[in-house]
Formats: sequence, C-alpha cells, structure tokens
Amino acid sequence: MTSPYPFASIFGILIVALTIAAFLIWVERRLLALWQDRYGPNRTGPFGLLQVLADMIKIFTKEDWIPPFADKVVFVIAPAVIMVTVLLSFAVLPIAPGIIVSDLNIALLFFLGMSSLGVYSIILAGWSSSNKYSLLGGLRAAAQMMSYEVFMGLSLMGVVLLAGTFNLTAIVKAQQHLWYVVPQFLGFVLFMIAGVAEARRLPFDLPEAEAELIAGFHSEYSGMKFGMFFVGEYLGITLISSMITVLFLGGWMGPVLPPILWFLIKVFAFLCFFILLRASLPRLRFDQLMSFGWKIMFPLALANLLVTGAIVATGR
Amino acid sequence: MLSAIRSIWYVFLHMFRRRITIQYPEQKPYMPPRSRHRIILSRDPDGGERCVACYLCAVVCPVDCIALQATEDETGRRYPEFFRINFSRCIFCGLCEDACPTYAIQLTPDFEMAEYQRQNLVYEKEDLLISGEGKYPGYNFWRVSGAKIGGKDKGEAEREAPPTDVHKLLP
Repeated sequence: MTSPYPFASIFGILIVALTIAAFLIWVERRLLALWQDRYGPNRTGPFGLLQVLADMIKIFTKEDWIPPFADKVVFVIAPAVIMVTVLLSFAVLPIAPGIIVSDLNIALLFFLGMSSLGVYSIILAGWSSSNKYSLLGGLRAAAQMMSYEVFMGLSLMGVVLLAGTFNLTAIVKAQQHLWYVVPQFLGFVLFMIAGVAEARRLPFDLPEAEAELIAGFHSEYSGMKFGMFFVGEYLGITLISSMITVLFLGGWMGPVLPPILWFLIKVFAFLCFFILLRASLPRLRFDQLMSFGWKIMFPLALANLLVTGAIVATGR
Repeated sequence: MLSAIRSIWYVFLHMFRRRITIQYPEQKPYMPPRSRHRIILSRDPDGGERCVACYLCAVVCPVDCIALQATEDETGRRYPEFFRINFSRCIFCGLCEDACPTYAIQLTPDFEMAEYQRQNLVYEKEDLLISGEGKYPGYNFWRVSGAKIGGKDKGEAEREAPPTDVHKLLP
C-alpha cells in the first residue's frame, strides 16, 4: 500500500524535512543561547530567522576546496552518501494517515539498514581526506556506530514483539490505546541514547570532537560539501526524533489537533531535547563511550528483549 | 548517570533565568565614571587650556601614541602648539592621565569611537579639547602654581606667601 498521492508525499516530505533541517540551525543556536542565558542570533530578520538564509548564502559562496592530497572521487561522494541514506529513511516514515512515501512491510529493517549505510559516509570522508585527524574521526565513527547500532536494533525488538510487525504504520496503529513508551520504557531510553549516538550528537560526537580532532572527519571539507554533512546531521536528528515518535509515542495519534500537527509537535519536542542534551552534557572519553555501549546498554537491551519476549509469549 | 540527569535538569531551568546579554546599539551598557576610554583634554574654570605641554604623557605612553609640541604665548604661559593622539595605537592604559601634573588629559567613559577610515582615528587638539573641566572641577593649575606668567607675579598665586627677599634675611 502506498499513499494516494505519491508525488505530493515525496515532495512534501522532502521539502518539509529539508526546511526543518535548515531551520534547526537557527533553532539550535537560539535554544543553546536560551539555556546559556543569552540571546543567540536575533539580528537578521524577525527573531533572527533570516540567519538561515545568511548561512546558506555564506555556505554556497564559499570556496569549494578539494585538497590536492585527497582521494578525489571518494571525497566528493562521501557527503552525498549521508544525505541520500538519511533522506531515503524518510521514505518509510508514516507522518500521518496517507502521508507516507512507501509503506514497506519491513520499514523498520529498512531504517536500520539505511542508518548503517550512513556510517560509510563518515568513514569514507575520514579516509579520503588523507588527514590523520580525519582518519581518527572516521575510525571512531566506525567503532561507535557499529557498537551502538547493535543495541539500537535490539532495543527496537521489544516494540516489534508487542506490535507483531515491522511495518511502521501498523506499529503506530497498534499504539491506539497505549503508547509503547509505557510498556517499553527501557527500550525507549535505550533507543534514544543509541539515536543520539547514531546522529553523532553531543555527548556522543566523538567523530568530530572539535577539541581533540579539529572537527574530525570533516576537517578538510568546505563550502557545500561541509554543508551536506551539516544538513545531514540535522536531518539525522530529525529522523531519529521522528522514529522515536513513531515507535514509542504513537506517531500521529493525539486528541483534538490534526494528526500531522501532533506528529510535528512530538518530533519538535525531541529535537529540543537533543539540543538540551548538547547544552548540558560533556563529551565522553572514547573508552568510556565503548564500555558504556557494550557493558551497560547492550546487556540492558538484551534483558529488555528477553523480558518482553517472555511476557508476550506467556500472554499469548 | 544520575548526575547527568540532574545537570540536564539544571540546564533546562536556565530557560527561566534573565538573559545577561545587553542588546548593545539599542540598550547602552552602564559605564563606570572612572572607566578608561576616549581621551580628552580639559580646560580650567577660566576656559583656558589646562595642558602645559610638559611631555610627561607622551613620555609615559607605552605605545607612543601621543605627539605634541610645546610653545608659549605672549604672557609666558606654556601650551601645546599641536596635540595629537593616534587612537589606532592607544591601548587606553590611563598612564597619561596618571602622569599629567595639571589634570589636563583625562580618560572618559565614552567608548563609541569606531571609524571606517583608519586616518580618522588620529585626533588633533581641536578634537580632543572639551569645553568643560572634566573630572576635576575647580582646579586651575596657573592659579595655584608658583610659576610666573603675565598678570600674575611670583607669590600672587592662591595660598602662596610672597617670596622671601634674601637680602633682608641677614642675621
């Protein structure tokens, strides 16, 4: 089953997702400023909203420099990969009844697969830059995303067990009476932490740790190629917020307001929460990150899966 | 883990704090009266220039931004022929104000002196001289100093006794 107006959905979702990602630049700067008792960009246009436009003009007119020592083909492809994988994941996202590009019955697996492919972008960017800091950033990204993907998938299996399907629309509909954030609270927390790590946001932004790796994998990038990583990161957190909304908070479900508004409100709340995380938490050390992932989160995800499985099996 | 959640909460509470930013061009910051910014040359209560062109400010200036030339008027009163401060060099240390024996050179709280042309940052005497007495009202160097100028002989200054006649001091 696909939406009745496939092209309208495709362009609608593309435009809205990219606009949200662009305006997140402004939202993030204003919110960070709010939590640090200052104002942030408030000069360009009303409330500084045109800051986005100014940033875009700046990033488009910058010199698009490819270092002479770089592996040129890979260097150019890498930023495109992250955009493509993240945008493809939006295709399976049920935003409201009828507003979905492709209602796959393995949508959840598709999302997990696409987020795994996104790692290639980071690794290839770090590798092709021929820069030791970039390479270190790429390697960190590889290790971090591999290990966090493991329990990201596992934390979602509880939801899949309860709903009995990988289809995201069906998962939303299964939350008609009770959002999965209640029976799957542990899975919700685990998925949120894994999502932050997948989107490479603070406190898990080790691949681009500017303090130690001078921006890590995208040190050598400038102009719009850097912009692709930038927008890709914001699209990534938008995607993760949308997935949390769909999987744990009942997607478009909600009283009074139209479904699409409910969806956007929930997504926006999580976006704000991710920015709050950035405002408040320091970056982990790399070994702490690894042991946190493998020694705490991974066993918790397994236990969550086992308990949920046992409950589902006995209830049947 | 708990401390992380607590710090998230504390940062969240900052949302309801007052913002400390001063929205500068619309909202002026409070400048303490003794803060050191634009340099001025003040006048004494009679309206004459206080500066006696002693060069102490130019000598003490660590970046050499003060240039002046001393001269005398027909009454024997010293004053600067020109007085030039290069504000693109000035570091607003205030040493010139400390060195000045006549309270002539003073630093004021006005800091808005940005220019588009670098040359405009070189202030001449007519740019520096103000019509008032600045931070030390009532002080008049030539009225309290023992120096002799036209219209005021030795011993005629305020709180000054007439000079001793050494020929009448014989035992």
